[in-house]
Amino acid sequence: MTTTSAPTTTPAPETASERAFDRFRVPGGFALGAVLLLAVAPLALSDFRLALLAKYLCWAMVAVGVSLAWGRGGLLVLGQGVFFGLGGYAMAMHLKLADAADTGVPGALPDFMQLYGTGEALPWWWAPFANPVFALAATVLLPMAVAALLGFFVFRRRVRSAYFAILSQALAAALAIWLVGQQATTGGTNGLTDFQGFFGYDLDDPANQRTVYFIIAVSLLLLMAAARQLFVSRYGELLVAVRNSEERVRFLGYNPANVKLVAYVVAAGMAGLAGALFVPAVGIISPALIGVVPSIGFVIGAAVGGRGSLVGAVLGAIAVAWAQSTLSDAFPAAWTYLQGLLFVLAVGFLPGGLASLGAVVRRNRSRTRTGTRSGEAA
Amino acid sequence: MTVILNQSFTGISIGAVLLLIALGLTLTFGQMGVINMAHGEFIMAGAYTTYVLQESISSAGVSLLVALPVAFLVAGAMGALLEWLLIRRLYTRPLDTLLVTWGVSLMLQQLARDIFGAPNVQTRAPDILTGNIAVADGISLANSRLFILGLALLSVLALTLVLRFTPLGRRIRAVVQNRDLAEVSGIATGTVDRMTFFIGSGLAGVAGVAITLVGPIGPTTGTNYIVDAFLVVVVGGIGQLKGSVITAFVLGVLQSVLEYSTTVSVAKVIVLVAIVAFLQWRPQGLYTLRTRSLA
Amino acid sequence: MIGEGLTIRGLRVSFDGYTAVDGVDLDVHPGDLRFLIGPNGAGKTTLVDAVTGLVKATGSVRFGTDEGDGTELIGKPVHKIARLGIGRTFQTATVFEELTVLQNLDIAAGAGRGPLTMLRRRKGVPDAVAKALETTGLTELRDRPAGVLAHGQKQWLEIGMLLVQDVRLLLLDEPVAGMSHEEREATGELLQRVSEDSRRTVVVIEHDMDFMRAFARSVTVLHAGKVLSEGTVAEVQADPKVQEVYLGRARDEESTAPAAAGPPGEKPTPTPTASAQEA
Repeated sequence: MTTTSAPTTTPAPETASERAFDRFRVPGGFALGAVLLLAVAPLALSDFRLALLAKYLCWAMVAVGVSLAWGRGGLLVLGQGVFFGLGGYAMAMHLKLADAADTGVPGALPDFMQLYGTGEALPWWWAPFANPVFALAATVLLPMAVAALLGFFVFRRRVRSAYFAILSQALAAALAIWLVGQQATTGGTNGLTDFQGFFGYDLDDPANQRTVYFIIAVSLLLLMAAARQLFVSRYGELLVAVRNSEERVRFLGYNPANVKLVAYVVAAGMAGLAGALFVPAVGIISPALIGVVPSIGFVIGAAVGGRGSLVGAVLGAIAVAWAQSTLSDAFPAAWTYLQGLLFVLAVGFLPGGLASLGAVVRRNRSRTRTGTRSGEAA
Repeated sequence: MTVILNQSFTGISIGAVLLLIALGLTLTFGQMGVINMAHGEFIMAGAYTTYVLQESISSAGVSLLVALPVAFLVAGAMGALLEWLLIRRLYTRPLDTLLVTWGVSLMLQQLARDIFGAPNVQTRAPDILTGNIAVADGISLANSRLFILGLALLSVLALTLVLRFTPLGRRIRAVVQNRDLAEVSGIATGTVDRMTFFIGSGLAGVAGVAITLVGPIGPTTGTNYIVDAFLVVVVGGIGQLKGSVITAFVLGVLQSVLEYSTTVSVAKVIVLVAIVAFLQWRPQGLYTLRTRSLA
Repeated sequence: MIGEGLTIRGLRVSFDGYTAVDGVDLDVHPGDLRFLIGPNGAGKTTLVDAVTGLVKATGSVRFGTDEGDGTELIGKPVHKIARLGIGRTFQTATVFEELTVLQNLDIAAGAGRGPLTMLRRRKGVPDAVAKALETTGLTELRDRPAGVLAHGQKQWLEIGMLLVQDVRLLLLDEPVAGMSHEEREATGELLQRVSEDSRRTVVVIEHDMDFMRAFARSVTVLHAGKVLSEGTVAEVQADPKVQEVYLGRARDEESTAPAAAGPPGEKPTPTPTASAQEA
């Protein structure tokens, strides 16, 4: 009846004492995180640093989804940039249209369209984004719809897990190339930038930037709470079962395609929301933020912190983003080497990430890690 | 009609480049199940090898011919080293291999930037490869493209012969089909893995030589091709050369014809959609080895 | 065909031109404990694969319970067939290694759960799961990850998973392979108990002839993808066709068993217990 021998990924401790500890630990940790994010950080950090933190938290929101889909479900999602980008562009298009409407000129086009475009009417697919409700819904629903479409077709047939990883990556490449190619309607390589207002509030006002930070921090906490619920639910156990042996799950009467689809679509929605909030916080969305390279970047944070641990993935994403911002300007070459080394060391030699370091040391190599990615060998 | 023929030929030559790149992946990904993202950097290594040799050998023709075997050895050695250092520890975790080798790929790109500088460099093509051959009225074939096509087909032939008729080829196939049985039959599977990786990565080096004829090369040269090349192997099927050959040319022609009728970016999206649709029909790719094991 | 159990007509499975199952007709009624035997390559596992939807097949496979009409299974996806109350085990025990024994059983019990139940945390141990833990003797181990169980325990967990699934047709692929003598006895008794429930139909693929003789209620012999013989253990052992197939092989491979009364172990080297029985 001991759970000490359980692999680190086993959820839901069963002994009475552990359950009591669990009951205290999770809300306690959540409250601590909330205090840090909502009280300590805004008081302790300058406006500039708080804005940087807002950016890192957006990436951490993507990592929450990665932790669900990859950490729990074993789905290597290498194209999260697509969903981050769809959410970001949906938001950016709305802000651009709102800015254009604010100029007071009837039928004014967003500034970049006047610059690169043919100067004609707004493209039809831009028009609905003028409506704030539509745009907000689209930031989450559009990525979820795209994920559902791709996931449906890929998971329905028993396409190998490696194929899924490559296809999701190809999707990121295709979207980035498409965006670059449509300069007149998407801003091309420059992306969409230079936003004035955010639903009626001036984005240049530091007070409003703080509000954006609070929205992002609360969103991250909510996403973590939702993911936590999924992790410990029966669905979470089923997701691990699918990762272990998809075929066996089928013979129990479940359709594993649906199980995977839920994780993938939820992760996509989370990335979409992150992208949408990234736009007012950072002031830009562009192909360089969503292509193949940043898409893999979304995974590395989760890998370093611990793909199977929600908190680990979030902290890992924040830490990697912080290291990147701090080092990449001062020592671009050194940062690239370090980033490469992080992939090699974290994934290759510590698959549970930093979150598993304690457990690994405690076990002191006395046990083989039965759980280590056995499901992916199929 | 002329346009279609010209586009088709462009497509075939794109396919030839894809094939050269995918050929190595057919070995390392197809036969061994290793998703090696650093494969693109082995291409880059082959391309820079050509560049370096051209600096020391004045004749462009001679340096190109010398570059082929040298690039094969350089890239092959890098691949064997990578296999020995990292990949052999990760055979049971194919998806993790992808991320680890991506890290290696980042480092190799930076290394190239530190050695050769960030801007792209251009190699000189030998005079014989700079011209065109006029086939018919309005249709002309670039010599360099014909050379690449020939090189790709030659590589396929050589690889087929090695796999089919040499003791090494037999061992590679034995290890792919049943690793445990091969091991107890006295095959040093570790050595075979390393040799497979050497050949697969070496072929990437040869592909690198070929793409110096297509355009300038830079630190990210390999990355630009790698996703497409993986798609070729995915569609072609696991461990089957003929699948990769057919797929490379079909995708090349499809991409080229679509680019002509739409735009480059739209063509990319359509090709991806076509691939997902194809996998509905053949989830394991064009050709596949049937096994009875579960999943 | 209402409530008639498993009815197979003209079942055919081909892989790339090789016909593994070649026109099999088979009826197994509820309450039966049917053993499928035959040499390696006879098509036993492929037949089970076809019934459970793992491989494509032609012909007809129907399964009728007292509640429902016989439903055609050919062409249905695996998980829909499973939901009709058809469960199977595999030659190598396949359990969810990272989940605990309890979680394995809970998942097996829950294919019909609605989305709201799925999104909530499991509270306590469902009755069916507790019962299966007891039946399989795994209660003590319920919080262990299934990956650390011994081979025999994994097999029992798989059978436990079928029990909580409340399947009406159990297809077991070599359930006692690698088990000790005591474990075999216990497994056989468990299978007999399970099949005594007149709603259940049990089909067992087995290589162990002792086990077959001890527990089979009826036997079907497959050979080269076709049904060679069918009946009680005694009838099948007396069938000259069966003797020819088995003894022909036995004479080539094992010169010391000319007068074996029953089918010897079909593996080229019979297990020690099997050859002792036949000598």
